[in-house]
Amino acid sequence: MQIGVIVNPIAGMGGTVGLKGTDGPDAVAEALRRGAEAQSGPRARRALAILAKRCPRARLRVAAGSLGQCWASDLGLDLDVVSAGPPTGTARDTREAIAVLGAVDMVVFAGGDGTARDVAGALSSGAGMLGIPCGVKMHSGVFAVSPESAGHILADLVEGNGRAGWTDEAEVMDIDEVALRAGRLAPRLYGLARVPVVANRMQAAKGGPRRDSAAALAAAAHECARACEPGALYIVGPGSSAGAFARALGHEPTLLGVDVFRDGECLVQDATAPRIESFLDDRPVRIVLGVTGQQGFLLGRGNQQISADVIRRAGREGLRVLATEDKLSTLSAAALFVDTGDPDLDQELAGFIRVQTDRGRFMMMRVVAS
Amino acid sequence: MTIEQRAHPWMALSAPGALQQMLDEIGVKDVAAVFEQIPADHFRKAPLDLPPALGSEMELKRDLVSKLRKNEDCETNLSFLGAGVWQHHVPAVVDEIVGRTEFATNVWGSYQSDHGRNQAWFEFSSQLGALLNLDVVQLPVYSWGCAIGHAIRMATRLTGRRKVLLPVLSDPERLSVIRTYCQPSEMESHIEVVPVAADPTSGRLSISDLKSKLGPDVAAVYFENPAYLGTIENGAAEIARLAREAGAETIVGVDPISLGVMMAPGDYGADIVTGPVQPLGVHMHCGGGVGGFIASRDEERYVREYNGFLVSIAPTAEPGQVGFGLAASHQNSYGSREHGKDWTGNSTYLWAIAGAVYMSLLGPQGFREVGTLILSRARYAARLLNEIPGVKAVWPETGFKEFVVNFDDTGKTVEAVNDALRARGIFGGKDISGEGHGLGQAALYCVTEVHSAADIRRLADAVKEICQ
Amino acid sequence: MKLPNYHAPRWDEPVVMELGRPGARGQLFPAPEQEIEVAEIPAAMQRKDRPELPEITEFEAQRHYLHLSQMTLGMMGISLFGTCTMKYNSKTAEAATLRPELAEVHPYQHPDTLQGVLEIIHDFDGILQNLSGMDQFVFQAGGGADAAYTMAALARAYWADRGELGQRTEMVTSIQAHPCNPATAAAAGFTVINLPLEENGYPSIEALKAAIGPKTALLMINNPDDMGIYNPEIKEWVRLAKEAGALCFYDHANFNGVMSKLSARELGFDACMFMLHKTFGAPKGGGGPAVGAFGCSDELAPYLPAPVVVKQGDTYRLDNDRPKSLGKIREFWGNVPQVVKAYAWARAMGAEGIAMASDISVVANNYMDKKLGEIAGIEISNPHIRKRRMEMTRWSLGPLAQETGIGTADFANRMADYGIDPWWMSHEPWIVAEPFTPEAGELWSKQDIDQWIGVVARIVQEARETPELVKSAPHNQAIAQVDGSVFEDPKAWAMTWRAWQRKRAGDAKARSGSA
Repeated sequence: MQIGVIVNPIAGMGGTVGLKGTDGPDAVAEALRRGAEAQSGPRARRALAILAKRCPRARLRVAAGSLGQCWASDLGLDLDVVSAGPPTGTARDTREAIAVLGAVDMVVFAGGDGTARDVAGALSSGAGMLGIPCGVKMHSGVFAVSPESAGHILADLVEGNGRAGWTDEAEVMDIDEVALRAGRLAPRLYGLARVPVVANRMQAAKGGPRRDSAAALAAAAHECARACEPGALYIVGPGSSAGAFARALGHEPTLLGVDVFRDGECLVQDATAPRIESFLDDRPVRIVLGVTGQQGFLLGRGNQQISADVIRRAGREGLRVLATEDKLSTLSAAALFVDTGDPDLDQELAGFIRVQTDRGRFMMMRVVAS
Repeated sequence: MTIEQRAHPWMALSAPGALQQMLDEIGVKDVAAVFEQIPADHFRKAPLDLPPALGSEMELKRDLVSKLRKNEDCETNLSFLGAGVWQHHVPAVVDEIVGRTEFATNVWGSYQSDHGRNQAWFEFSSQLGALLNLDVVQLPVYSWGCAIGHAIRMATRLTGRRKVLLPVLSDPERLSVIRTYCQPSEMESHIEVVPVAADPTSGRLSISDLKSKLGPDVAAVYFENPAYLGTIENGAAEIARLAREAGAETIVGVDPISLGVMMAPGDYGADIVTGPVQPLGVHMHCGGGVGGFIASRDEERYVREYNGFLVSIAPTAEPGQVGFGLAASHQNSYGSREHGKDWTGNSTYLWAIAGAVYMSLLGPQGFREVGTLILSRARYAARLLNEIPGVKAVWPETGFKEFVVNFDDTGKTVEAVNDALRARGIFGGKDISGEGHGLGQAALYCVTEVHSAADIRRLADAVKEICQ
Repeated sequence: MKLPNYHAPRWDEPVVMELGRPGARGQLFPAPEQEIEVAEIPAAMQRKDRPELPEITEFEAQRHYLHLSQMTLGMMGISLFGTCTMKYNSKTAEAATLRPELAEVHPYQHPDTLQGVLEIIHDFDGILQNLSGMDQFVFQAGGGADAAYTMAALARAYWADRGELGQRTEMVTSIQAHPCNPATAAAAGFTVINLPLEENGYPSIEALKAAIGPKTALLMINNPDDMGIYNPEIKEWVRLAKEAGALCFYDHANFNGVMSKLSARELGFDACMFMLHKTFGAPKGGGGPAVGAFGCSDELAPYLPAPVVVKQGDTYRLDNDRPKSLGKIREFWGNVPQVVKAYAWARAMGAEGIAMASDISVVANNYMDKKLGEIAGIEISNPHIRKRRMEMTRWSLGPLAQETGIGTADFANRMADYGIDPWWMSHEPWIVAEPFTPEAGELWSKQDIDQWIGVVARIVQEARETPELVKSAPHNQAIAQVDGSVFEDPKAWAMTWRAWQRKRAGDAKARSGSA
């Protein structure tokens, strides 16, 4: 297995000095001015040290200098160093480093959500990725829980001992940092990535990995779609969970947008707010939603196309929420948030709602006005 | 309440002062403090009113033995009861191994610390697989009826269909369990259970009725070989072929002790095979010896539908060494909660160890011998009874170890015959007169390797005497 | 602390199929007597092939399986395996049940010949009635999960009898309930509604209220849960659920800490379940035969699986005439020897002993909590909940895993190297990271518990200093770490020797073909 390593040397600098991230050169400069110290290099080294201990002479392809090589040398690893241009302190570094790494089976990177987005965007299709957690923002599902864990996962992959498998369903999320610094949390889904997953190695039968999330989601969506009310307007999306509903109706969903259905027919794809509103009549409105990873947003993040008027027409009873138990278990708070832009509506939506997790399976979740 | 000052032999911390030492370490005054989570009004008001404690092993033993001695058993008496639990010989070595405390008390450790037990489990599946000529054998579920229930549910998931055909001449005990697994018809996801008629001349499944009921909505055909009333299903391959043609799964129930002489179900087209484990070295235990296995070919589509524990052999970190662990375990309810395939829990795994020891003791020749012995003695018994005026062996020469005896022409009920037999120290066959099979005053007799020719003659003499 | 220098027996024991030699015999059967004609199976059904079973002597079979028993740690050291309440299993009771008066008894014998065993079952029913406040117990269920299934099947019969099964389609439970509750309810055809845990460690009344209604058929709940949290609002829960018409089932799996303290009926429940192979001292057998004793109120008793043991005058009878019965959960009346063993446990303990066992198990767990709390790198679940836990506590190895990459499964593998049964981690879902769940019960001494904690502390130290030693554990066992990669691979898994031979032959062929 050919593994590439990339370190985003400025990732995680913002956190220690009270910034919410280091996207963009201004933020980096501000972080340095505030006395930030780079976190990612040493953390990458911690992960690679575990790998080196378990798999001496493991072969890695690394970007030269502070983008990789500096942190991987003298560990007894077999490094194949490729050079990229001098670092610019911008997202371009990551993208160029990926380009010079060439054909690899996976890229292990040290960074945060921003880096993850850059890696995912530049990686050739079919290649995997794994994050060594270093960033301030880590909402994406591509990170190991610690540098050491990342090291063990890498070692498992190199050893080929069967402990690690793969999933293609990891969400790459990022938050709009401008909004975040203004005090508003706005996570967005940027796409899906292939990441290694360590099976819950069981001591015996009573533990073990859970049901395959993709199958559970498909079954939940299928049942939800089967229960479609004739004539009702179904506003679906965005995200892979709501998308499963569109698939169950036989349509390919717009992953990052909102699609609208009635009686199994797709009325419009990737609809805007006015377009959605144009379909409103006296028939019922149902909104099929997923949940944003970690933050647990139901409405108001990445789906602002669905306006307060439309939501009010549906009401809490008209929301159909799909999310697997795996997804719900990653939420940082055991609640779902709504921010429709209309505080009164947010209050009306607050309370407990049923989230469908599989065929015939629901989880009660608290809805909170954000 | 004063607590007995003597320490209890089963509680180390009941020794004087031991609990207080712990309370001191925790830093609380009294025991009540550790129950602080329970609101005062939750504590029970009714005082405990249990029979007085039997404070010594001697007293306990006396109580248990004096009560159990009020039972009559099948060693002192001569029993011909079967129908789901059968009296077979249990080798002493089986009892020794099953009684080993490491096996008897064991719960779960790691694959390494449970290695010996896991190997024994694998050997149960491996040896049973050799008898069945099938590659996948799950550790036993609660009972044969439960195994059939799970197998039917497997078939409905595999085919997406919700109807099962099974013989009208089914054991009401097992059938009741099967119906429980198939849910009442008021429920949306229920499975319809449709009986298939019997050929009145042989007791075997009616092929014409089967053909008329097979269709694109049938998930599975279930039959037993030998069947509930003992008959051997000569047309098994034909039934399996018809089921396959209709896109249905063939589920068969077999008696594993017959498999030294009877064809392996894997060889006549069975897709999923079930059966009881009790004949393989487990005492009857008043019905507490039951367990049921499920087996199939090693095709992923089947393996993915099992509900319980499949033990696989696996390499270890040491080259050339093997260990054992659970395959496809994420799909059971421990791994997947309500998303799992049906459910599982504590089952009857100790009997898998009994079965492993039993099968290793018998070997291929032992199974052939015991099969021939049972078959020959059962046929002999049926013939002797059939010679008694008014007593008739129904469907003679068609069974393995069980057969139906009809008493209509004696003018006596089975109940009366059995009462009279019991007075002579004989437990007659199970009274099936009320089971609605249309067989009149009939009993299901079971003869196994434990019944000598003299035992059988004693039965026949007694029946003759009673029915005169 | 000095820890034992343990090493497991290592016999390098072949699989039984590899043992023996053609013609060797372990068990002989007589030929049919002279007067008996040797019969044959009809030709169409005759077995032609010879089953590929081992051919070994009686001693070889005994020796082989004794070796396997020795290579099973099986509570021969210390096992604080949470949720399973490890107890001493009385050999007195074991010996009694192996007597022919029980072992060689058939359940279809005439009840006149079963008076002893029926008396024991009846008396034990009375003991459980007293402990729970329920009116009738049955023992047909083959384990705790099967008792949960009994409840689901009983709810079907109850609602069908009222003509409401079409509407009452939902079962409500907590995400922290044992998996068998939602799994059996789902298998029985109910839709499962899970309630999440709140900050205080249990689901809120508000969530319950939102979940229950005219569709709710039943509520299935345990209390305390496996985290050691007792839901102090449980009476209100039951009141609300019953107000909505639902049946309320108390999964009493965690009875050890509250036995003699609580009565399920007084709390308002309609039915409950006890695990006789756990709380009542019957052995577990590596996963059964077990018993889930199911008890309910007089109102639900008509729906119980038949038969029910009843006393008429001085004799005991099996009541099969129960027209509203849900049918059968399993053949016959249950794992009778385990019921007798549980009866023996209850009689040997008596009311005072049972009360004391519950005291000891909760005190001992709090002692463990204190000692474990002193080890850096492990963390109690819900650390903000300050109240003392019940008879077991869920802990997390999360901080240590973050720091060292050593997880709870690695840890479990290593524990056995010290002669201690690996700990229980957690049922699904894993609510805390890298969980483990110790439970002391009433069996173990302070020295045992201290030694167990000493092993935990030692392995924590190893995780920091020599993580590879833990990761590659065990080192002192009968075998090295099992490579789990085959267990999900259809091309590699092998559930029988036949399959293993076939796949190995295939591999060898593939290798020679490619060479």
